[in-house]
Amino acid sequence: MKKSNISQKIGFFVISLCLIATLFFLGTILYFITVRGIRSISWEFLTKPPSGGMTEGGVSPAILGTFYLTIGAILFALPLGLACAIYLTEYTPKNIVVKILRISINNLAGVPSVVFGLFGLAVFVKFFNFGVSILSGSLTLGILILPGIISASQEALTAIPQSLREASLALGASKWQTIRKIVLPSSMPGILTGVILSIGRAAGETAPIIFTAAVFYMHGYPKSIFSEVMALPYHIYGLMTEGTSPEKQTQIAYGCALILMFFVLLLSAIAIYFRQKQRRVQHG
Amino acid sequence: MDNVVHIKVSKVNFFYGKTHVLKNISMDIYKNKVTAIIGPSGCGKSTFIRLFNRMNDLIPNTKVEGHIYLDGEDILLTKTDVVNLRRKVGMVFQKPNPFPKSIFRNISYGLEVNNIKDRKFIEERVIESLKKAALWEEVKGRLNDNALMLSGGQQQRLCIARCLTVEPEVILFDEPCASLDPISTKKIEELITELKKNYTIVIVTHNMQQAARISDYTAFLYLGELVEYGITEKLFTVPENPKTEEYLSGKFG
Repeated sequence: MKKSNISQKIGFFVISLCLIATLFFLGTILYFITVRGIRSISWEFLTKPPSGGMTEGGVSPAILGTFYLTIGAILFALPLGLACAIYLTEYTPKNIVVKILRISINNLAGVPSVVFGLFGLAVFVKFFNFGVSILSGSLTLGILILPGIISASQEALTAIPQSLREASLALGASKWQTIRKIVLPSSMPGILTGVILSIGRAAGETAPIIFTAAVFYMHGYPKSIFSEVMALPYHIYGLMTEGTSPEKQTQIAYGCALILMFFVLLLSAIAIYFRQKQRRVQHG
Repeated sequence: MDNVVHIKVSKVNFFYGKTHVLKNISMDIYKNKVTAIIGPSGCGKSTFIRLFNRMNDLIPNTKVEGHIYLDGEDILLTKTDVVNLRRKVGMVFQKPNPFPKSIFRNISYGLEVNNIKDRKFIEERVIESLKKAALWEEVKGRLNDNALMLSGGQQQRLCIARCLTVEPEVILFDEPCASLDPISTKKIEELITELKKNYTIVIVTHNMQQAARISDYTAFLYLGELVEYGITEKLFTVPENPKTEEYLSGKFG
């Protein structure tokens, strides 16, 4: 009795220590980036292109580039992923083939992002001849986030009670009407949660865009989807590895990191809001 | 009584995988009457009425044999247009299942999927259905509120109203009061008695008193077999089959 009591206390202690350590790291990252980055942030930093050999000016082309790449990735991955999810949950029987398909999709999520980068280079840049461009980068990022969007959508769709589908069908609605008018609207908050988290992922990825879209510096802003772009994560990488005045560049890199982090945190907050909304729908 | 056969069930067998769920059931269901299906849990009551609107089609691994004629047409054929069938045979489920939409949109949904766009017509039909389902007085000022805000009993009447908009001939009730309190149950029972003037009603119920109160005919199903079927009063007072008597007196079930 006494012995088990002691081991329980030790157990709790170790577990809480782990939690504290995790929170400590999270807190330190937030603190560190904020303190170091905040000095760079100014109106000029957000709205002007770099100047003085990457040591002055702002990072607006990189912000814009990340924005373009992310939007492009979502425009590509959302319709495709949603269609896959609808097909897998609503139209296929629950058999072994579907199970294998599901496992394959989940495995796709585990492929290292640099591999997606190489794939993008071979297929979009070279084979389709899109070149190093917003289009190639968006498609590559799109494939990267596709599994996440499919799983999130599948989860949202399967969470819709069968009784709602039955209610709709019993009123003489076709299967497609039921999906379009009842199942999809009810699962929208859940799907959006997945989309938003994917946006965060796409915005922060560096490896997939190194070969397919990003450049360290370009003159002016991209003119079409076939232009190369600057992007925040790649810009950070460039600032830290190239150039001649490391101190000033490091300062700018922290500014970029802060913007990126703020952007992703904001998206997560929105995702949490939608998830709450989804819960309300499901539990009345 | 001038009884017109509305649904004719002929030698129906139903299999779920290898399980023989319904065994050779034949019975006539009469127009503008309330027919109650009673029996212990798992005897196949719900499965049985879900054949009338082909709801069992949604369950994989099932097989059905025999015929069910609605107005003389066999509805169990593969070529039967189930969408069309379900507009003629409405269903109210055990657990109220309103859509997470406004009260108005819940009721108008049946018209919406029928491609009816005339707003004035839709509005009139929604109000009419709510009145028929005895819900109008309670919701008239707040048709745009979310239907999930209503109480369980109100939700169930909403589901009945929703079913009425598509003007079915038959309404199937699958234990509609199973999750309701006694007052809500009473309202639904009164409503069913009112509705039979215009609709043929088939109700599955666990509650024998309920069957006795509201039905004209009662069928007793046991282990997938139709043990006895007849006029409710007679079945409850002088059952022919000893099994029926045992069940009614509470010896099993």
